[in-house]
Amino acid sequence: MSIALQLEGVSKSFGGLKVIDDVSFSVPTGSRTALIGPNGAGKSTVFNLISGVYPIDSGRISALGQNITQMSVAHRVGHGIARSFQNIRLMPHLSTLENVMLGEHHRSRPWELVSSRKASAKARATLERAGLGTYPGQVVADLPYGIQKRIEVVRALMAEPRILLLDEPAAGLNNVETEELRRLLQTVSDSGVTLLVVEHDMPFVRHLCNHVVVLNFGRKIFEGTPEAVKQDAAVLEAYLGTPDAMEARHA
Amino acid sequence: MSGYLAGLLAMLSINIIVAYSVFLPGSAGLLNLGAAGFVLVGAYTAGALSSLYDMPLAPAIALGSAMSALVAFLIAFPILRTRGIYMVLATFAFAEVVGGVLLNIPSLGGAAGLSVMAYAGLPVVVPCAIGTVAFVAWLMRTRFGLSVRAIHDDESVAHLFGVHLRMTQVMALTLGGAVGGLGGALLVHQFNFIDVQSTGVLFSIYVLLYVLMGGTQTVWGPLFGAIFFTLVPEGLRKLSELDPSLKFLEGGRYIVFGVAVVLIMMLRPQGVITRTMIEGWGGSARKKEAGA
Repeated sequence: MSIALQLEGVSKSFGGLKVIDDVSFSVPTGSRTALIGPNGAGKSTVFNLISGVYPIDSGRISALGQNITQMSVAHRVGHGIARSFQNIRLMPHLSTLENVMLGEHHRSRPWELVSSRKASAKARATLERAGLGTYPGQVVADLPYGIQKRIEVVRALMAEPRILLLDEPAAGLNNVETEELRRLLQTVSDSGVTLLVVEHDMPFVRHLCNHVVVLNFGRKIFEGTPEAVKQDAAVLEAYLGTPDAMEARHA
Repeated sequence: MSGYLAGLLAMLSINIIVAYSVFLPGSAGLLNLGAAGFVLVGAYTAGALSSLYDMPLAPAIALGSAMSALVAFLIAFPILRTRGIYMVLATFAFAEVVGGVLLNIPSLGGAAGLSVMAYAGLPVVVPCAIGTVAFVAWLMRTRFGLSVRAIHDDESVAHLFGVHLRMTQVMALTLGGAVGGLGGALLVHQFNFIDVQSTGVLFSIYVLLYVLMGGTQTVWGPLFGAIFFTLVPEGLRKLSELDPSLKFLEGGRYIVFGVAVVLIMMLRPQGVITRTMIEGWGGSARKKEAGA
């Protein structure tokens, strides 16, 4: 089994607060890996470290067989890593089509900067495939939340990533939208893209993911299959809840 | 056409051109309070070439624009090291330095200003304005334009998707400088005269207001701003001449105009022309077309 993404002893502090503490885990190539844990566990920080938004204090990050620890933010997308965000970070004054076109900007050659026809056609096709073909001309700030969430995923797909990082893609979506998103991600995964998904929606995780990593207080407490995570005492205690605790909650 | 109307149209055309010199970097989120600096560089370069070296009008104007672009390119690097209000102050300081330098070059007229013989009339100025609007409208539809607008909306996400921030911002400032220089080159040959005082800090503030009030979200914002700021004060003055009961507008038109500006800023802080507004018009037109 080859490894698409690997974190080895990664740590990150903000001031005196250590938010990621010696975290190591691997994401198998072609897998659909969930990164879960309670709020404040450091999941989004891990995404920011992988995508290069924050530099790491110590450790090493490798992606697709290359050490990317020192790689610049802009080069990581070219290396095959694209991401979405926990809070929507679309360009509010751009249209849907323009937002999606931005996803493949890293591929444009200098002489292509004065043209947009090729990127526009590709973005339209990508939107069509994701079931968003009716929105290309609309300013994204005017679109419903669920649509914006999916556009963000499509923008990341437009980068033609080999590793796709999705930060709470199902947050705020209704059941129908969540199911549409799951199907879209399943299709993406079937095309060979490795997924790393931060998500609190456990049914979504169970249906989509085949590998789970759990963080708590910046430390990894579990790595394994979705079936095994349900049996792990530390995960039940820290995040999923023990049967006793769930009983007490429902009493 | 009367001389008054021709003059007004020429001034409007030049104001439109200069507005786009601020819009270009503005659309990348760079506030430029130094429009006067680029206008002066373009004006003095073109004016000196045509009056001191007898260069024909067209190449003189082109070289005025090119010189302003070169200056913009050179100052872009130190200016881009600043952020927010400090960038505004840096561009303002640039214009002051340009003014100061020009005042101390006797061969360019110093404080007395530079007079030129060659004249750029409406057949030159108006097509230049139309061409500038068309050029910027085209540019904003290219991938370069897309990256500029992406930086304006969210610099860090744009960078994450491979937009080269520094290169794009330098290009936006350089192109803005070229357009500002074009405006200056036309200005000096329209009035056959330029001096540092006539394009001072108030000029830069007005041009920035054209853009901010018109809106930076679309290419039509600066056009609206320039038209509003050029024609409304003149319209109010004309009204005071036509109707004796509006005589107070003769002296008080700038009060009325100022109140109107404040109201627009309060009601449309994002600028009068927004992307949503343009898309709305487009959508209505498409619906009408579909219904017909």
